[in-house]
Amino acid sequence: MQVDRLTNSGVLQHQRFQNGSEDDAAVLLGAGPCCRHFLRVKGLVKQHIDSFNYFIDVDLKKIVKANEVVTSDVDPSFYLKYTGIRVGMPERTDADAAKPCRLRDMTYAAPIAVDIEYTRGRSRVIRKGVVIGRMPIMLRSARCEKVILVQEQMSKNRIIIQVDNKGFMAANRKSKTYVVYKKGALYLKHNSISDDVPLVVAMRAMGMTADKEIAQLVAGNDPLFLDMLSPTLEEGSASKLFTQRAALDWIGSKTKVTRRPGMARRPGYEEALEVLANVVLAHVPCVYAVNNDNMTDDLDYLGNKRLELAGQLLSLLFEDLFKRFNYDLKLNVDKVLKKPNLAQAFDVYNQLMCHGDLITQGLTRAISTGNWSLKRFKMERAGVTHILSRLSYISALGMMTRISSQFEKTRKVSGPRALQPSQWGMLCPADTPEGELCGLVKNLALMTHITTDDEEEPIRRDAALMTGAELHTPGTHVVFLNALRFVRHGRIPAFVSIYIDDHRNTVNISADNGRICRPLIIVENGKSRVKDHHIQDLMAGKLEFDDFLRLGLVEYLDVNEENDCNIAIYEKDLKLYTTHCEIEPFTLLGAVAGLIPYPHHNQSPRNTYQSAMGKQAIGAIAYNQLNRIDTLLYLMVYPQQPMVKTKTIELINYDKLPAGQNGSVFVMSYSGYDIEDALVINKSSLDRGFGRCQVMRKYTAMVRKYANGTFDRVRYAHIDTDGMAPPGTRLETGPDVDGGNDINAGVGGATVEYRPTPATFKYPDHGYVDKVMITTSETDQTLIKFLLRQTRRPELGDKFSSRHGQKGVCGIIVQQEDMPFTDRGVFPDIIMNPHGFPSRMTVGKLMEFVASKAGAIKGELQYGTCFGGSKMEDMCRILMENGYSYTGKDYVTSGITGEPVGAYIFNGATYYQRLKHMVADKMHARARGPRAVLTRQPTEGRSRDGGLRLGEMEKDCLIGYGASMLLLERLMISSDVFEVHVCEKCGYIGYKGWCQVCRSSKTMTPIKIPYACKLLFQELQSMNILPRLVMEDI
Amino acid sequence: MSLADRNRVVILEDRVENIHGAEFPMGFDEKELPFNLASFKDSFDVKIVRVTPTDIEFDLIGVPTVAIEKVYMINNTGIVQDEVLAHRLGLIPINADPTAFQWKRPTDLPTDQNTVVFKLEIACSKNNEAADDEADPKKKYVNSAVYSRDLVWDPKGDQAERFADKPIKPIHDDILITKLRPGQSISCEMHCEKGVGKDHAKFSPVATASYRLLPEIQILEDITGDDAELFKSCFAPGVVEVVEEGGVRKAKVVNPRKDTVSREVLRHKEFEGKVRLTRVRDHFIFNVESTGIIAPEELVAQAIDVLVEKCDIVQNALANIGKNSEDDEE
Repeated sequence: MQVDRLTNSGVLQHQRFQNGSEDDAAVLLGAGPCCRHFLRVKGLVKQHIDSFNYFIDVDLKKIVKANEVVTSDVDPSFYLKYTGIRVGMPERTDADAAKPCRLRDMTYAAPIAVDIEYTRGRSRVIRKGVVIGRMPIMLRSARCEKVILVQEQMSKNRIIIQVDNKGFMAANRKSKTYVVYKKGALYLKHNSISDDVPLVVAMRAMGMTADKEIAQLVAGNDPLFLDMLSPTLEEGSASKLFTQRAALDWIGSKTKVTRRPGMARRPGYEEALEVLANVVLAHVPCVYAVNNDNMTDDLDYLGNKRLELAGQLLSLLFEDLFKRFNYDLKLNVDKVLKKPNLAQAFDVYNQLMCHGDLITQGLTRAISTGNWSLKRFKMERAGVTHILSRLSYISALGMMTRISSQFEKTRKVSGPRALQPSQWGMLCPADTPEGELCGLVKNLALMTHITTDDEEEPIRRDAALMTGAELHTPGTHVVFLNALRFVRHGRIPAFVSIYIDDHRNTVNISADNGRICRPLIIVENGKSRVKDHHIQDLMAGKLEFDDFLRLGLVEYLDVNEENDCNIAIYEKDLKLYTTHCEIEPFTLLGAVAGLIPYPHHNQSPRNTYQSAMGKQAIGAIAYNQLNRIDTLLYLMVYPQQPMVKTKTIELINYDKLPAGQNGSVFVMSYSGYDIEDALVINKSSLDRGFGRCQVMRKYTAMVRKYANGTFDRVRYAHIDTDGMAPPGTRLETGPDVDGGNDINAGVGGATVEYRPTPATFKYPDHGYVDKVMITTSETDQTLIKFLLRQTRRPELGDKFSSRHGQKGVCGIIVQQEDMPFTDRGVFPDIIMNPHGFPSRMTVGKLMEFVASKAGAIKGELQYGTCFGGSKMEDMCRILMENGYSYTGKDYVTSGITGEPVGAYIFNGATYYQRLKHMVADKMHARARGPRAVLTRQPTEGRSRDGGLRLGEMEKDCLIGYGASMLLLERLMISSDVFEVHVCEKCGYIGYKGWCQVCRSSKTMTPIKIPYACKLLFQELQSMNILPRLVMEDI
Repeated sequence: MSLADRNRVVILEDRVENIHGAEFPMGFDEKELPFNLASFKDSFDVKIVRVTPTDIEFDLIGVPTVAIEKVYMINNTGIVQDEVLAHRLGLIPINADPTAFQWKRPTDLPTDQNTVVFKLEIACSKNNEAADDEADPKKKYVNSAVYSRDLVWDPKGDQAERFADKPIKPIHDDILITKLRPGQSISCEMHCEKGVGKDHAKFSPVATASYRLLPEIQILEDITGDDAELFKSCFAPGVVEVVEEGGVRKAKVVNPRKDTVSREVLRHKEFEGKVRLTRVRDHFIFNVESTGIIAPEELVAQAIDVLVEKCDIVQNALANIGKNSEDDEE
């Protein structure tokens, strides 16, 4: 469908396509820099920061404006008015202010200051800069000059998809209003109104009393609709509520009143008016849906979804807290003003100061627990915030572009999980988890932007509103402002979207927040507006990406607008009717899937697998990685950038913070220790540092002062004079005689005696103390943090993966002498079994092999960018010109027999990631060990040195085999065997050969039962159920 | 199959044929070709084509070298962690004659006969002579990078006299060990021990050591004209030349040794049936790239000695089998 877009408001001129080649060159050249500059300006996490800034700068003021006055019921002359609000800068302004917060477990926060105006006695007082709480600050936001973060570790608000489902039912986000088609008539239904309200009554309540007026508004002159409407109208007259007042009264009587005690009861009609005005009216119902399928909205369509970002979520939270703050304040004021004789004029400022923590704590608690509970909207959401995973650079990045859906994961509907065509370019098609959250958790594509609110007023001025009959005349479009927005060139904000809805004959103008949009190059008359000289200016730094927006070369389109556009993927595809051109097609993938070389040649689930695995790869985490003290940190000793890069890799700086190494890989069968994806690894490569990584683990100890005057002290003579292990100390596992493994000894309370409570190193294999930090926490308690370091070389069972979802564990480590080698003396670092290819169909991996082999020969990096990259033909030519076979397969000599190998072996360099799953962290066995106190059964889990469970299925095997004695041994004797004395006569359990019931020791027999069984008997007894054990001779 | 054919590995487009040697008794059905020491001696010939790196080698597992095995870290405030620094130090090739040292068992105490000691004492500081706006850390700071030349040999016992003519030091002076910034320093003592590459790659005396079989290109049918040029371009430079013979340009194999066995020629239909690629099974071209500790020519000799030694051990063991069983019987 060709639509005359407002953007190209002029008539399409049918010009001949001349000088096309020149302009082609412009974009081919230009797209790359364009994308890079876009990301430089925006960054991948800009949406969060924008959202947060918007909240601080705009939303906060709006909230305060909406709740600006606090009055008292007692003294009508009293008032307190908020005249302004500001969020200051975090107190510390040194270069890296967030770092001390991170290290000291403190919240990185700034004071919230308000200006107030209030009455004190007779006089009016104005105070400025009253601090009412502290706001956690998002790192990198405008309030933070240098650095960022919502809160130490607790960062990253997840984004929530909300469904705006219109159609049969019209609904809004916070409360739901439905228009129900029941028994041929239309009703209005809302949570706060107990009965269904006939539509006509509702319309009357809103002031449209005449049937004709109603009919015209709802159905226009369409006889079909009028017919349909007649039962509704009839019911309206049956209700006998003909005036607005009557209708309001009626609705008011049905309204559920929720209000705090002490508030004066208001007349029903006022209540009804409020409900209608505040909640119902917000949802303009669409009655057309009843007999037109096209009218129903697709719930999964991305244009019907809105994403909530940190700013919006925080704003909801803040509003709630602020209202509560004011309510509490009012109660307090009332309480004080009630006292008859005040010694001095009442100053509300003191009240304001003394319940200051409410906002601070409310914000902090919500962010740290992730529970957003808003009383006003009865909203109870858990898991809104997540701890930002700092396992690897990619995992952190991936987490910040993640979108999680509110949709229930247990329900078996495929719709919300399916890849929606409208996700093109907006959400990454590859990056989603496997399993229950598949398709519900999504990731933003590389160039996606999420809008924040734009001012409606200036837009509204331009938009004409119509009523009545014209509304339904063909060709007329109803203009909705925000469900309601004009032309770019800076006349309206860049993120406002305008689109035509042909089914409803409306032009929708949206300026609301949470819409997903992305930049595209504007095309005019079949030519890109971005020309060569623009690109040159961009590269020379004379222009910024924002200037491109300003100059109207590039614009943001949201999902709905895209429907009205004709977007060419490549410049060569431009036609006269083309309205836009993609900046770079590879940006349809997200940051994580962008790491994959030649992803367009892989079977699609492989890209999904890699997207999940890329986050587990060990590598460099951040430039400050050695200054951090994280609970667990994996670092690679010698990370390398991949030989085959992608443009995304450069854009997200993965080449600077890589997670993997380029290994020489031979694809061949070797030794049988390579079946099921296992890898054969060259021992000499490991000796030289291949795959070597470090594990850093944090231990903390608090040295407290207690309220009763006692305090902890640090003392452990075996370590160092200050009681702590100095950096570089080697620590072995387990306790030994002189306590040499205790990193430190924070010691318990000290009225009489100090009780040693050392922090003990309890992991297998040794480690070294990397760092010791002594500081004070927010509450002035001494805090000691130790960072422990282990350096690990790969061992049998450690997990590796290439960038194509091809994971495997190390199956055997082979001496280099036994490895196959080529004529040129090239040995493999890794041998991979060829059976990994046919079923996986990861052709991209084969291409990576060839490209990086060619790159290695030529000494340059190659590209495997999606929908592009180095051409295989060129790569093969490089191989051939340098005396290799063009196939990438070489003549190889076996390292075992010394004879030639019968097949040519495909080999080349491939980027291999070492994944965080390591044998050293999982290896576990136990013979004897601790038992649970209650059941006396062995404990569970490696961390508690637990036993290995003989489970249901294993039990079935033993039964099936008939090994009953073995079963008895496994389930009882080696577990919780317990000897009880049972009285043969009464069947009770006695004690030490004495039956308390029979008062006799004659009939006692010792038997062995599981302790858990004995427990069961006793519990039953406590419920007045008496189990008796009946003895019998066998 | 003729004798010559039997001695050739055949290179086909998609596979290698006739890969197994038969120089063992009963290797062939015919009894004509058991391994014959006399004829082996007769035809055995070693040609050294190039030295450093040379074109010969043998089994190198056994040749020991001396490398840093223990690092005693006294102070390390640099960015590189102790273990990583130690690992990097270990990989530095040390120019010490392994034959002059004894093996050190884990229980042995270090002596001047089995241990070489190096010391590294280095601290980085600001260079006061550097310009204020100097950006290059090498000029801005003193000792901003630690190189292998900074390792100082600490002779113990009579080591100073023993190695007077060839002081012990790293082979290469410019191996970057780590980088430092002002205020950071490293102080450590390193003990070098004798070891073999089987234990750790750092003891391996070679960077790469491998062999290949001599390629052979048989032109079965004359290749002339433009085809000859194409034929030439299918091989590495210098393998095939085009020569004028009776006014006809003709491809001629000049130096098959240089061929890289890319099999490019087999891709071209023009040459189908006209060329046969083979490799000579008993012509090994060895390539040894020494780390510099032991000269390649010595290295090969030593490797052969190790092999002989191993053979002796096996021989003795074989001889002793009989004796032991006799003992058992008694």
